[in-house]
Amino acid sequence: MTTATNPVLELSGIHKGFPGVKALSDVSLRLFPGEVHALMGQNGAGKSTLIKVLTGLYQPDAGTILLDGKPIQPKRTEDAQAHGIRTVYQEVNLCTNLSVAENICAGRFPRKWGRIDWAAVNAEAKRVLAQMDLDIDVTAPLSRYSLSVQQMVAIARALRISARVLILDEPTSSLDDAAVQRLFTVLRRLRDQGLAILFVTHFLDQTYALSDRITVMRNGETEGEYLAKDLSRLALVNKMVGAPPDQQPTRLDSRSAQTGAPVLKAQGLGRSGALQPLDLELRRGEVVGLAGLLGSGRTEAARLLFGADHADTGHVETEGRSGRWHSPREAIAAGIAFCSEDRKHEGAILDLSVRDNILLALQARTGLRLCMSFEQQQALADDYIKRLGIKTASADTPIGQLSGGNQQKALLARWLATEPAVLILDEPTRGIDVRAKEDLMDAVRALAHKEDGTGMSILFISSELPEVLHCSDRVLVLRDRRAAGEYRRGELDERSVLEVIAAEPAAAASA
Amino acid sequence: MKAANPLKAAMAAPSFTTWVSVVLMAVLFIAGASSYTGFGSTQVVLNLLIDNAFLLVIAVGMSFVILSGGIDLSVGSVLALTTMVAAWLLQVAHWPAELVIVVVLLGGAAFGALQGAVIHVFKLQAFIVTLAGMFLARGLCFLISVDSITIDAPLFVTLSQTQIPLFGGAFLSPGAVIALVVLGIGLYVAHCTAFGRTVYSLGGNETSALMMGLAVGRTKIAVYGLSGFCASLAGLLFAFYMLSGYGQHAQGVELDAIAAVVIGGTVLTGGYGYVAGALSGVLVLGLIQTLIAFDGTLSSWWTKIVIGALLFVFCAVQRLLSLKKAAA
Amino acid sequence: MTVPNLAMSTPSAPSAVSRAWKHPLARPVAALALLLAVAALFVPGFLHLEIKDGHLYGSLVDILHRAAPLMLAALGMTLVIATRGIDVSVGAVVAIAGTVACVLVGTHGVAVAFAAALGTALLCGLWNGLLVSALGLQPIIATLILMVAGRGLAQLFTDGQIITVYEPASFFWLGGGYLLGLPVSLFVVATVAGLTGLLMKRTALGLFVQTVGINPVAARLAGVRTAAIVFFVYVYCSLGAGLAGLMISSNIKSADANNAGLLLELDAILAVTLGGGQLSGGKFSLAGSLIGALIIQTLTSTIYAMGVPPQVTMVVKAVVVFAVCISQSSAWSTWRKA
Repeated sequence: MTTATNPVLELSGIHKGFPGVKALSDVSLRLFPGEVHALMGQNGAGKSTLIKVLTGLYQPDAGTILLDGKPIQPKRTEDAQAHGIRTVYQEVNLCTNLSVAENICAGRFPRKWGRIDWAAVNAEAKRVLAQMDLDIDVTAPLSRYSLSVQQMVAIARALRISARVLILDEPTSSLDDAAVQRLFTVLRRLRDQGLAILFVTHFLDQTYALSDRITVMRNGETEGEYLAKDLSRLALVNKMVGAPPDQQPTRLDSRSAQTGAPVLKAQGLGRSGALQPLDLELRRGEVVGLAGLLGSGRTEAARLLFGADHADTGHVETEGRSGRWHSPREAIAAGIAFCSEDRKHEGAILDLSVRDNILLALQARTGLRLCMSFEQQQALADDYIKRLGIKTASADTPIGQLSGGNQQKALLARWLATEPAVLILDEPTRGIDVRAKEDLMDAVRALAHKEDGTGMSILFISSELPEVLHCSDRVLVLRDRRAAGEYRRGELDERSVLEVIAAEPAAAASA
Repeated sequence: MKAANPLKAAMAAPSFTTWVSVVLMAVLFIAGASSYTGFGSTQVVLNLLIDNAFLLVIAVGMSFVILSGGIDLSVGSVLALTTMVAAWLLQVAHWPAELVIVVVLLGGAAFGALQGAVIHVFKLQAFIVTLAGMFLARGLCFLISVDSITIDAPLFVTLSQTQIPLFGGAFLSPGAVIALVVLGIGLYVAHCTAFGRTVYSLGGNETSALMMGLAVGRTKIAVYGLSGFCASLAGLLFAFYMLSGYGQHAQGVELDAIAAVVIGGTVLTGGYGYVAGALSGVLVLGLIQTLIAFDGTLSSWWTKIVIGALLFVFCAVQRLLSLKKAAA
Repeated sequence: MTVPNLAMSTPSAPSAVSRAWKHPLARPVAALALLLAVAALFVPGFLHLEIKDGHLYGSLVDILHRAAPLMLAALGMTLVIATRGIDVSVGAVVAIAGTVACVLVGTHGVAVAFAAALGTALLCGLWNGLLVSALGLQPIIATLILMVAGRGLAQLFTDGQIITVYEPASFFWLGGGYLLGLPVSLFVVATVAGLTGLLMKRTALGLFVQTVGINPVAARLAGVRTAAIVFFVYVYCSLGAGLAGLMISSNIKSADANNAGLLLELDAILAVTLGGGQLSGGKFSLAGSLIGALIIQTLTSTIYAMGVPPQVTMVVKAVVVFAVCISQSSAWSTWRKA
């Protein structure tokens, strides 16, 4: 791979804004032929917006896109495709009821005398798949094949008409290790044939296994472009997360909390494709933080602990019960509460009032009988509105009218109202302003550290490492869907956590 | 991928339910032929086609709609409206029969396409739009005339009485022949044209079809236009058969068509099935009705009950198979 | 030249009228009032009420009485639609219930006949509920099965005949009797509507039904028994349809398996949407659906009284359904904002 060649695709000075938010600021990117270029960044870094600009779904407010040195302005997805820019998304966007060959050729069927020439369709499909060293029955329905094969078919479709650039948006999120290896073999072969590949991911190991060049994005800006061999893992993680601010005290008081008996014990809890078997223990009056990059399995672990997903391995023990949850109801009955990170789709009942949203989980646990009189309901809702500082015109306002941060507070109130023994908080401070964040974190610690030992046990998940360190008595670090280490308060500061996250996996794990 | 055993592999194939319906058809016919004298004659089978020609045409159109993941509840009413409009144009406005035929066919297609446009542009559910369309068409029927209008135009009368001779004394009606031609065209369109394949894509996963760059909007509107065309063609066949236009014709035909398509092996959620299933489904329905008539002791409403039961069995089996597939 | 400081102007407080217009029942009530006004204009004596033989007579009473079965069906349909479902089998259930009652009343008496009819309706509801919540069939498909087979079942019970009931007289009380000068049907509807309203407000059912309809994923994560709620609404809807069937049979003194409740499902869906209910599920209004049913009946009665052929109502209903659905669609609201 020579650096003398010119880039196939070059973006410079790309700006893109939406009402109220600047998604991309002076972003640049260079894709060279015969190279795999990884695009990395945390949640909200701007990766998906940039992809949408490349594929013609969005038009940039400013900046240029050069294809082989000539400016292009794709206004629709068809334009980008006509220029040879092909994209394969995380959710394989194919029709599984159709055959493999049909999926590859749909929209551009070879014809004979006006009708579709199926023999030619099948031959064409076989030819394209052979380029990727794949030999399967192309007349079989796509549904018969595993997700990784389906992804190959999606790539084959993308490549069938001459492509210059192949963009893969988080292709490995749902794949197991063997499938990832197969995909990488195919991508290396395509790279050697001269294709320029843009590979969007948040998995460190995969980045280093496959890519030649890395561009890091943070907060809508390009942090920098580096050759993979020149960038250490620690440096990469630092750049993705941002250098730790100096003024924040990173090493906090190491007064050990008065923790009580274990209230929740998970052993070997795992789910294929989501989380490797994990051991976790939560004790009364303790805040446990779950740290790790996006995609490291934090939310998956939380969902398994709550019964939102079914575990394939392991079990959960709570006071008096051992087994696997079949539904969230069982977990709630055992005193567990889960405040999801996706409040819009998994939390807020948008058309209902703030009061109804706050009382929902408590009412669901009580059953059909009203959990309390209407006056008591009003009092409870008003109390939480005041305590958490929820900005709303009244308790009757539909929750959809509140700002994101206030919605989050209301959902937190929902779970606090059930007075759980274990409270799982997944990204509770997202979208909340700085002052409110601090108040929230103090409130979280107060909930756990009660003098009489009746405090809650809290699992605190956040992408913001300073927050996790500030709140937690113990931190469990996850990396690439498995546990990577556990530390007590006082043993840890931000730099060392980053080192754990960036560390090379053990030799036994896949490369 | 190894097949655990041949039966499991067969059940996983998309054509499974279609083959089940063919087997069902054969079983019904053999049961009838062995139980009743006169049942096993060729003419009995051909009569099935003659009596149900209109249903076959509607079922072909309905197959396309259901394959695309939609549903069309207005076809029976459009059929009736066609007979009424045709009768009125022939008998009251004295238009030439050929012109009337062209006009009603275009009208049916336009009615269907309009429903398709409303469904696509406003992103409404197909069943509510076509349910309203069903009411609209029936109401328009009665607005034209509350009573039936008898048709005596020579072309129609001829077509009503013609018998097209086949081998050994058996015969078919022109309507049945037209229905078979429509079926053949339907098979061709479904398997050999881009439109037909886009219909299957729509039914499989509409979002994916959009991302794959297929002409989703145009296909959706065209599929309902096709259904409307088939409904009005069926109306013409019905008019040949009954020689009248009447607002109460074909009550409940849309349900029969849906049942025929489902029993023919097409999955109601879309994307799976074959247009040929329309034929086996219509024949199964016809055989059930004929069996009940031959039996003499069972009342005719048993047909509805049996059809409902078959519909349940096929839907339940389709659902269980899809759950199994998702779990695998 | 001074530039007006627009930033400082405070919006005037909304007037009482514009606040009232925002009330969810405002539009349905206005539509009903408008219809009644049009009717009063074109039909002489439309608003006339008089007391004869101790009964209150008049077109208004007539409308309430005739709308009663539809109101019962609409109440159940409201809940089903609120959970993002649909039930197109209500017409068939009406036929089945009326048939069962008429068949049994001669040999077993009124009480048994009514109980059996409601029991059969309950079975229909259990069937629909199981198909949707346990088997996971789409509601339109699940209820289509009963729609197809239901009338056949009803005809099975009656052996294809129209069964006329001549006695006992207590059979006719439900559909044709009077209480305190008003038709019994009104009291039945009022009781059922009141009970449903109490059930929704005084227990958590109303909250759960809305939650399941607005966001089934979040409902499950909050611990709501979504499957049980969905099951319940289909049972409730069929019970309402069964009671409506009893009322109709009692009123016309016979059971017609073919025609009883024909096309009632569209009327019920239309009543719910006219009352402000969204087909996409979520918040519902029982009062709105009742008003919607009254709008439909007023329309029918007015058209009939004006001498226009009654088939016109079909066309009008279809147009109204189109208009309401389009106005509720998100594409329409996006277009309006643009």
